[in-house]
Amino acid sequence: MPDSPVSALRVHALAVARGDRRVLSDLSFTLAPGEILHIRGGNGAGKTSLLEVLCGLRAPAAGRIEGQPTAAQRHWLGHKNALNPVLTVRENLVFWCALNGNDAAEVDAALARVGLKAQRHRPCGALSVGQRRRAALARLCAVSRPWWFLDEPLAGLDRAAVHVLADLLHAHARAGGAAVLTSHQALPDALACGVRELELGR
Amino acid sequence: MHALLGPAWALFRRELLLAARRPAEWAQPLVFYGIVALLFPLGIEAQNPALKVFAPAIVWVGALLAALLAVERMFRGDLEDGTLEQLLLAQAPAPLLVAAKFGAHWLLTALPLVLAAPLLGLMLGLDPLPVRVLTLGLLLGTPTLMFTGGFAAALTVGAQRAGILLPILVLPLMTPAVIFGGGAVHAASSGLPYAAPLYFLAALLALALTGLPLAAAGALRNAVE
Amino acid sequence: MWTWLHRLASPPGFYRFAQALAPWLYGVAVPLLALGAYGGLFVAPPDYQQGDAFRIIYVHVPAAALSLGIYTLMAAAGAIALIWRLKLAECAVVAAAPLGASFTALALATGMLWGKPTWGAYWVWDARLTSELVLLFLYLGVIGLNQAYAEARAGARACSWLALVGVVNVPIVHYSVVWWNSLHQGSTILSLDALRHPHISSDMLWPLLLTLAGFFLFFAAVWLRRVQNELLAREGNARWVTELHEHSAGTH
Repeated sequence: MPDSPVSALRVHALAVARGDRRVLSDLSFTLAPGEILHIRGGNGAGKTSLLEVLCGLRAPAAGRIEGQPTAAQRHWLGHKNALNPVLTVRENLVFWCALNGNDAAEVDAALARVGLKAQRHRPCGALSVGQRRRAALARLCAVSRPWWFLDEPLAGLDRAAVHVLADLLHAHARAGGAAVLTSHQALPDALACGVRELELGR
Repeated sequence: MHALLGPAWALFRRELLLAARRPAEWAQPLVFYGIVALLFPLGIEAQNPALKVFAPAIVWVGALLAALLAVERMFRGDLEDGTLEQLLLAQAPAPLLVAAKFGAHWLLTALPLVLAAPLLGLMLGLDPLPVRVLTLGLLLGTPTLMFTGGFAAALTVGAQRAGILLPILVLPLMTPAVIFGGGAVHAASSGLPYAAPLYFLAALLALALTGLPLAAAGALRNAVE
Repeated sequence: MWTWLHRLASPPGFYRFAQALAPWLYGVAVPLLALGAYGGLFVAPPDYQQGDAFRIIYVHVPAAALSLGIYTLMAAAGAIALIWRLKLAECAVVAAAPLGASFTALALATGMLWGKPTWGAYWVWDARLTSELVLLFLYLGVIGLNQAYAEARAGARACSWLALVGVVNVPIVHYSVVWWNSLHQGSTILSLDALRHPHISSDMLWPLLLTLAGFFLFFAAVWLRRVQNELLAREGNARWVTELHEHSAGTH
């Protein structure tokens, strides 16, 4: 799946702050291509902040990260879906592809893969919470990138959608990609196999 | 080159598409502008020659306030739905994307105000030459205003209690544009050379176009963090 | 040298430095101000045109100089805060804004009081008064922006950006207002030429230099104290703050 060879992500003595408050410190681990890491922790444990630092959206408070992916090598799925409510599902995805300099040829196939083919011309504001989450997941297959950073990807997904996500993630890992995802609970069985877990806040 | 401009162009087109879906957003400032220009003569008295003296200030300040109405929401929706994160994480340089957004907003909310200015100027009793100078001044000054307003919108979008902070941030920064824009019209009205203040407006425009997208991108990054 | 600077830039290092320096600054500023006030009120002869009214310059000129100086300082601290992500510089920006606004308000108030006897009206749309007024609004914008943020760090960084854009704008505002209306008398003191060939007699000059120095030192002292407060508020849970607290509790 990745177009260019990707090195492992090495994290050394990382500290993460939210404003003036340090939420995490002295964190070290390595994540190699083909691996999926699940960051687990309660509310306020610093899952999102850590993910933002790993992805490059936020500067670390201390420590360093080697092999951080460039903008073209990473997918970021925040806890917000980045879908404009006025635009249709398809328009949102086509815009996202163009914004990143990718062509939008795969958009329809990606929407079919997450089960939103029938809804693709409806405005995102008219979709349910789970459908919007699916639309956000469609970005992952519309453009191929080796690193995925997914913040609470399970929020709002039904059982069928969890299976869709599990398929996407495992196919991604088999193809040599890597992913980091956060959640406040244990992963469902469909997802959990072969996933490394990092528990925060103990 | 295309790799740089493609994303900015995509964002520009998206803003136009959004505006086409919600015409009220760009039509309302224009209506506001017309009403402000209507109220001034009512407050003075229609035949008073002072109206002609006040005309440049009325048109300029009206345009400032009308353009600021729409600026407040420039990044609010993008922050709320998460698009802002995606903009800042994209490969394209953030200042370029920010400039594309400002440009689209200028086209949608400020250019109609510039086009309406000759009409308002004539209604307020200005002669044809001052009206031309007024319009040219607004054409040079409104992008500065839009970029300054966009910068202020970027500063306040992450704030929890912004209130009416945005005009308070923008209007003091706009004093030079009002001075030169109004000054050019007064010079033209009294038969004096009016090129110098227009050049000053152009210089301010150059400064705003080059500097403010950088500052606004920095402020947006701060808002997302 | 670098290690010293590095230690100074850390919150506890700066706190101790400010704790030691601030009393000295107050100690020098107060006698300077007292001596300057005495010289300005009793020693300096009345102006041959303005009579005793000119004596307000001993407050007006230092306040006006500080109003511009503090904005520049705030922008410099803002640049440092944004480039090196230094918490101390962020605190310095936030701590400077209300002081700058106060000195600007003082310069405006004394300017208006001075205007009544010299121009016959409290407010004249004079270039320097008008640009001071715009400067006051710029300061109020920084203060308002900082208060709009619930999170101190984000607020301070937003203020840093605003101060940087504002400092580019301040000279433009000033010269555009001068272009708009150049009525005011030329600057009396703040040019090297004027110092070498003073237009005002030396009896008038030395109290002004004393109050200028006194105002600057007084500002520096208050600024240090405000930065200390800002650091305490933001680092409330840090170890050095608790140690400080225990230490001061132990001495009482």
